[in-house]
Amino acid sequence: MIEISKIIAAIFILLGAFLSMVTAFGLIRLPDIYTRNHAASKSATLGIMSILLGTFIYFYGAHGHFNSRVLLGIFFIFFTAPVSGHLISRAAYNTGVKVCGQTCRDDLKTARERAAKKARD
Amino acid sequence: MFQIIILIALACISLSMLALLYRVIKGPSIPDRVIALDAMGINLIAVIALISILLDTYAFLEVILLLGILAFIGTIAFAKYLEKGEIIEYDRNK
Repeated sequence: MIEISKIIAAIFILLGAFLSMVTAFGLIRLPDIYTRNHAASKSATLGIMSILLGTFIYFYGAHGHFNSRVLLGIFFIFFTAPVSGHLISRAAYNTGVKVCGQTCRDDLKTARERAAKKARD
Repeated sequence: MFQIIILIALACISLSMLALLYRVIKGPSIPDRVIALDAMGINLIAVIALISILLDTYAFLEVILLLGILAFIGTIAFAKYLEKGEIIEYDRNK
């Protein structure tokens, strides 16, 4: 029982470490802030959730200790990390950070122009 | 064997925190730095979880929830400051 739970926890922890490396490579290599935010908010969230799940499984299997705070931490990170990514990306758009040169359409800009035109008429 | 796997994961997370630190220092705009700091805070949660496995104690697991909440509040405050210029508004008709 203890060895099986250690193997499962090790698989989850290695997966989380790999996803954390993916986050770092995304933040270094991607061209503008919106793509970087995409990399950071998704893969970092999944990586940390899998590392915390591995921690929970390790303590539950090897010690018989059911730690509800780790489960609460998993749910909290799952709920809040995408929200903070959305808010900081919206703040970047509203303060006028440029998108990269390869982007070919900006739907939010055309929608805002249309809304402003409707409000003027 | 399990200890070695935990150490490998710690090394991976430390390398990714170095890369995020590079983005914090270099990042061309301020939201870039905020995103990188948020990801660093989230990686710090993973470091705490792995260290508590290495030390074989569950006394540090409250810190996980605490750091998650603090990273969220910090990022929200920064986003609001960047967008509106102030964090807590005193003017009610705004």
